[in-house]
Amino acid sequence: MTAARRAITVWLLALAASLLVIARAEFTADMSAFLPKNPSPQQQLLVDQLKEGVLSRMLLIGIEGGDAPARAALSRVLAERMRAGGDFSAVRNGEAGAHDREILFEHRYLLSPAVTPERFSVAGLNQAIGDSIDLLASPAGLMLKNLLPRDPTGELMELLGALGSEGGPPNRHGAWASRDGQRAILMAQLRASGADLDAQEAVLARLRADFAELAVAAQVADARVLVSGSPVFAVHSRDTIRSEVSRLSLLGTAGIVCLLLVVYRSFTALLLGLLPVGCGVLAGIAAVSLGFGTVHGITIGFGTTLIGEAIDYSIYYFVQSQRAGDDGDRGGWMARFWPTIRLGVTTSTCGFAALLFSGFPGLAQLGLYSIAGLIAAAAFTRFVLPHLCPASFRIREIDGIGLRLAGIVRRLAALRWGVLALALAAAAVVASHRDTLWNPGLGGLSPIPPAAQQLDQSLRAELGAPDLRYLVVVSTPEREASLAAAERIGRQLQALVERGTIAGFETPTRFLPSAATQRARQQALPAADELAQRLPAALRELPLRAGKLQPFLDDVGRARTQPLLTPEALAGSTLALAVDSLLLKGSSGWSVILPLRAPQAGDGRLQAIDAAAIQRALAAAGEPDALFVDLLGETNRLYSTYLDEAILLSLAGFAAIVVLLAFALRSPARLARVLLPLVTAVLLVVAGLALGGEKLTLLHLVGLLLTVAVGSNYALFFDRSGNEATGEDDAGTPQTLASLALANCTTMIGFGILAFSQVPVLRAIGITVGPGAVLALLLAAILAGQRRPAP
Amino acid sequence: MTAFRSLAAALLLALQFSTMPPALAAWDLATLMDDLARHKGGRVRFVEKKYIALLDQPLVSSGEMTYTAPDRLEKRTLQPKPELLLLDRDTLTLERGKQKFVLRLADQPEAQVFVDSIRGTLSGNRAALERSYALHLSGTRERWSLSLLPSDQRIAALVSRITVGGTRNQVDSIEYLQADGDRAVMSITPIEPR
Repeated sequence: MTAARRAITVWLLALAASLLVIARAEFTADMSAFLPKNPSPQQQLLVDQLKEGVLSRMLLIGIEGGDAPARAALSRVLAERMRAGGDFSAVRNGEAGAHDREILFEHRYLLSPAVTPERFSVAGLNQAIGDSIDLLASPAGLMLKNLLPRDPTGELMELLGALGSEGGPPNRHGAWASRDGQRAILMAQLRASGADLDAQEAVLARLRADFAELAVAAQVADARVLVSGSPVFAVHSRDTIRSEVSRLSLLGTAGIVCLLLVVYRSFTALLLGLLPVGCGVLAGIAAVSLGFGTVHGITIGFGTTLIGEAIDYSIYYFVQSQRAGDDGDRGGWMARFWPTIRLGVTTSTCGFAALLFSGFPGLAQLGLYSIAGLIAAAAFTRFVLPHLCPASFRIREIDGIGLRLAGIVRRLAALRWGVLALALAAAAVVASHRDTLWNPGLGGLSPIPPAAQQLDQSLRAELGAPDLRYLVVVSTPEREASLAAAERIGRQLQALVERGTIAGFETPTRFLPSAATQRARQQALPAADELAQRLPAALRELPLRAGKLQPFLDDVGRARTQPLLTPEALAGSTLALAVDSLLLKGSSGWSVILPLRAPQAGDGRLQAIDAAAIQRALAAAGEPDALFVDLLGETNRLYSTYLDEAILLSLAGFAAIVVLLAFALRSPARLARVLLPLVTAVLLVVAGLALGGEKLTLLHLVGLLLTVAVGSNYALFFDRSGNEATGEDDAGTPQTLASLALANCTTMIGFGILAFSQVPVLRAIGITVGPGAVLALLLAAILAGQRRPAP
Repeated sequence: MTAFRSLAAALLLALQFSTMPPALAAWDLATLMDDLARHKGGRVRFVEKKYIALLDQPLVSSGEMTYTAPDRLEKRTLQPKPELLLLDRDTLTLERGKQKFVLRLADQPEAQVFVDSIRGTLSGNRAALERSYALHLSGTRERWSLSLLPSDQRIAALVSRITVGGTRNQVDSIEYLQADGDRAVMSITPIEPR
């Protein structure tokens, strides 16, 4: 009894320690589980953009219902409410930006790239003023006429021209509308970054509540608000994964509990049987917390699947020790079955250990979680569970089921050549699909429903929102240096625009030039008396007299000494939105982002940007350290790196399993008998998925690894039975067969339910492990059958 | 305004003369609009003079215009700077040198009203004209003059009067009198068919 007390004490201490660690653990649910541990600069940029960049804050909003004037009115009151609320750094819905124009006009001599000493020479003035007068003859000059006395060189037109003529969405009744006029549309930028999903979720809820309230106030009964963008997706994904994980694991657990109740007919047995699972989960979370510092929500999500394997140990113990219990000797189970289970656990550990080396934190955590969980569950079953079982503890006899199974297993042996043929066929299918087997992008993992993706695309197209795929990023320790670098790069990019290599680009320096540039422009302006002297000569042959241009002289004089434009001066305008989203303060200084627009092919489709040409431009600008990033390409590259690495690690894990088994079994024939069902099961699952048109992702791979881990237990039991020449044929005994069948059923329930999930991540695991586990058991039975002597 | 139209107009005229007593044919706004509406399009030459107080001399520009009923108007300025103004349904495009402006009329109610004045006159769309202007017709079928006085305050702040002059269904001048006293006069002559 001292041994028992010691075991229980150790267990309780371990349990307390685990709980302590978990209580202090940090849990996260952000994207970081999917992002690399040691990112390259490009990847880091991608990570920053996904976590907190412009993309992670941009909302696209549509208003439907009512008539067009009602929608426009709702758009205006909603925008007003959003601007007043403080949740948004900018809201745009097409309402006139008088403030923007005022800022541009006030600072035109600091902002206009045309301002050079030459432009203010006699010849330059003659040319510029002449052009302005020509423009007066055109409808384009309508706006210019009143400004001419103050801005005869047309700097404001220069600025507005540089703003581009993409225009915005059509304006209907004073607010943006979709092209077909059926929706009012808005674009907004959240203050809360993508790293703070809780805050984003709260803002989205407030936005919807505000809209509902405003719609009621406006008496538009059928008004609806459509919201899209990264924040919506992120919040939605988190909710879906959360609710699916809890719903499905609850369902799975309920199914397993019912099955075990039916089989055991004892609540005590059920509770005792679930204990190893609980211990495993706690140990897993504690280990991840200790090993990684933070625990990802997704790791715990996967962890629920661990139930499927951990519950097997107590099943083996209860059912297999049944006969030993009859003999009054539970220790017999320890001697006869424990070595097999121990080998099974070691095998699984080897497989999962490979994942520890993954550069993908999600996978590495999963590996550690599984290892700690399985070892804890098995150790608990071996050392503590027997002491917790009451002396009179019994479960219902299930020999009847076992006996029937034994008969089936004997008959199954006849199928072994068929299995070999099937395995070869599966191998052929896998080989023929090898090029299309894997999903090359992250798309396969996205939990966003197609309807939501469609809404996003339509709103994005209607708003002309940038997709921000191609970026040039330059970072320096100082804001001014970053702006200056962006100006140098901008000059090179402008040359590429003229050559058609890119369609265009954006830069914060359009509205916030570096101080050096602003000063240079001030110095390019002549003094007022100097300018007054040049004007008559510049106006010769033009139908404009110098006397009318006194306001011009005044403005130029003021501009020469006016305070330089700062980000603060832009506050509250939509120009600030452009600057704030493209000029970012990071941990190590300032970064400027210059989004590039891809050129369009003749048929209107976007072409890829020539990366080499951009690199040459960056080198020519003297900024070889600036990064050119193709975010889509980078994401796919990142993912395929993970995938390649995971495949490699899985193969390494499998090799470790082979070595371990070869060492433990000391017989090539036995090794083959254990491995054959596992390899065949994996081949059949992969072939089935390939034929079903399913593209494999990382999670399918994890599922296959789990299949091997679970299946190795089955195969080892059958192997053991075949190897025991000395009579007792354990796998053939009704108890062993019944325990394997029961364990298999629980696995099938636990994982099978995941196959019905809407979340691709969970579904992938479900459709791999569910069939895989059943196949592994079936194949192990079939292939072991030949070795067993007829009774 | 054009050759195909002249022919059609002649035929229509003949038809009208045959069906009603010429002396009593009441020539009024409705008839003028009908005449204009039958005009299906064509090419003209224009010379536009802008009298701007700020400048000592009027700005003169010239070029060609092509009208395709009911809602496409192309104004190609050749002097002093090449420029293309294209009005197609709801979209106004202005190309000038390397620059290109695209304007959707619905975005700019003021521009919409301007465009209505031209397009409404050319297409004889009285309803469209009367939405934004009070119409006054004077003269005879051979030499008429139609004044458009903006009823919308926003427009009146820009333009105080538009006067369109013509002969039968041929528009030959358009004058814009701006609220600030500046004015633009465009004279139009048909280009004979090749």
